[in-house]
Amino acid sequence: MGIVTELAILVLAAFVGFEVISKVPNTLHTPLMSGTNAIHGIVVLGGLLLMHEASGVLEHVLLVIAVMFGTINVIGGFLVTDRMLEMFKRKPDPVEPAKTEASKDEEAK
Amino acid sequence: MSPLATIFLQSTSFIDAMYIVAFSLFIYGMSGLTGPRTAVRGNKIAALGMVIAVIATLLTKGVLDGSSTPWLIALGLVLGTAIGIPAARNVHMTQMPQLVALFNGVGGGAVALISWIEYRHHFGGDYPLKVEIPSLFAAVVGSVSFWGSNIAFAKLQEILPGKPIKLPGQSMLNLALFVIAVGSAVALAAGTHSQALFILGILVAAAVLGNMVVLPIGGADMPVVISLLNAFTGLSAAATGIALNNTALIVAGMIVGASGTILTNLMAKAMNRSVPAIVAGGFGGAVAAPVGHAGAEGGTVRSTSAQDVAIQLSFARLVVIAPGYGMAVAQAQHAVRELERALEAKGVTVEYAIHPVAGRMPGHMNVLLAEADVPYDLLKEMDDINPEFSRTDVTLVIGANDVTNPAAKNEPGSPIYGMPILEVDKSAAVVVLKRSMASGFAGIDNPLFYNPKTSLLFGDAKASVAEITAEVQAL
Repeated sequence: MGIVTELAILVLAAFVGFEVISKVPNTLHTPLMSGTNAIHGIVVLGGLLLMHEASGVLEHVLLVIAVMFGTINVIGGFLVTDRMLEMFKRKPDPVEPAKTEASKDEEAK
Repeated sequence: MSPLATIFLQSTSFIDAMYIVAFSLFIYGMSGLTGPRTAVRGNKIAALGMVIAVIATLLTKGVLDGSSTPWLIALGLVLGTAIGIPAARNVHMTQMPQLVALFNGVGGGAVALISWIEYRHHFGGDYPLKVEIPSLFAAVVGSVSFWGSNIAFAKLQEILPGKPIKLPGQSMLNLALFVIAVGSAVALAAGTHSQALFILGILVAAAVLGNMVVLPIGGADMPVVISLLNAFTGLSAAATGIALNNTALIVAGMIVGASGTILTNLMAKAMNRSVPAIVAGGFGGAVAAPVGHAGAEGGTVRSTSAQDVAIQLSFARLVVIAPGYGMAVAQAQHAVRELERALEAKGVTVEYAIHPVAGRMPGHMNVLLAEADVPYDLLKEMDDINPEFSRTDVTLVIGANDVTNPAAKNEPGSPIYGMPILEVDKSAAVVVLKRSMASGFAGIDNPLFYNPKTSLLFGDAKASVAEITAEVQAL
């Protein structure tokens, strides 16, 4: 791929990023940040691609660390975002008991 | 696998097609994050994209060549999984900002290491500019991001003090380090072949720079910093993608870079400060004057009891809760939710006022309250809640300080003057839950506390809220 093609992809991706994110409400800023955080862990691909070209102990050690770092970033990032988002799901169950208690109070009165 | 299938799977166009599927899933998944209903699925879709991207890379011809290569790759993946899963599973929601900082840091570290290897491979030989410039850029930015995020982590985890740490002549030192890092990159790009220059001039200078830039930043500015470092790591990943000719890396990295930049700007705007001003150092320098001023004001503070607060709240029609970092520290979100329910059972309307930079991370309060099952339509953003304060009977400020400080509107001399705030002082009465009379993270005194409408309830936020709830239920 030529450098011009790659720069074109870069610029278009920037616009997509701007476009998608400007619609995210404040409520979801933390999951958004942690979700995008997971996505940049994609740099792990760099480590995978270079491993077979590595020579010597130093390069191998550095690349294993790089792959490990990238994997922590990806897996940790997606999992923690998932945990956070699960909490944002509407949960009707916990709200209802509160309401029934309230109506019981009403009845008692 | 039959040879034919192998050829098909390893053909460049097949791999490229997989990458296209992968980044389409990233984009589709991220657009799901725009609404709470679609967000969980969106995140899973993006994760699926990542799995496809990794598989595509492993299928690429030559990637698994060499007897030790598959094992070393597996080692890295297994170690990363073994560390990442428990970290993500076990973290408390109150510690989320630290964890995000840490994950961001390791991403930046991976970028820096990969650039280093990339440099070593081309060292002394053919190093086309197209590979060289992006990987040098990635090395500088990745290293800054790694060390900056680690310092942010240490500050949030309170290993380092949250207050700004400043050295004399720091801005000159930062400038010098920046010049060294960029200068070394230019020298290498111009054809100097020196491994030492790469390591010392770029990786080390950028590392020190990352430390130096984040150390002086106060705790209250952390949301901006974390978001900025996130954008940095994204950009450096995109640069790595150009160096390695990898579309998935370019697209994913750049989307993160762009979205991180937007988020950073939103945060900075919410504080009425510019990103460069925040990076140049926290509120540190300006603190002395306003403290003296507020001291002269010498207001009397009215303290109150849980019982009185309970009565006040129970007979209100509209109660607004304004939470801040103090709620996170005290882990009081569940207690707050209990109080909200107790009040609702008495027919009181309860809403939450969420300042965009309350806490230590964008949307920090929303996450904590969501953990406590607060329905998200009760959470009002600043612009929506401010007009409502005039008809609010009682505002309950829980561990928030600077984001409610009227000095931001009234005192041009105040370091936070101009920052949009929650206008809690417009409500009929204000109750502030505080641990002590210490000033906020920014170290600025808050005239709200001396307002005759305000009463303070001292003590641990969680205990105080639980006490109020018990009193409300007993009424």
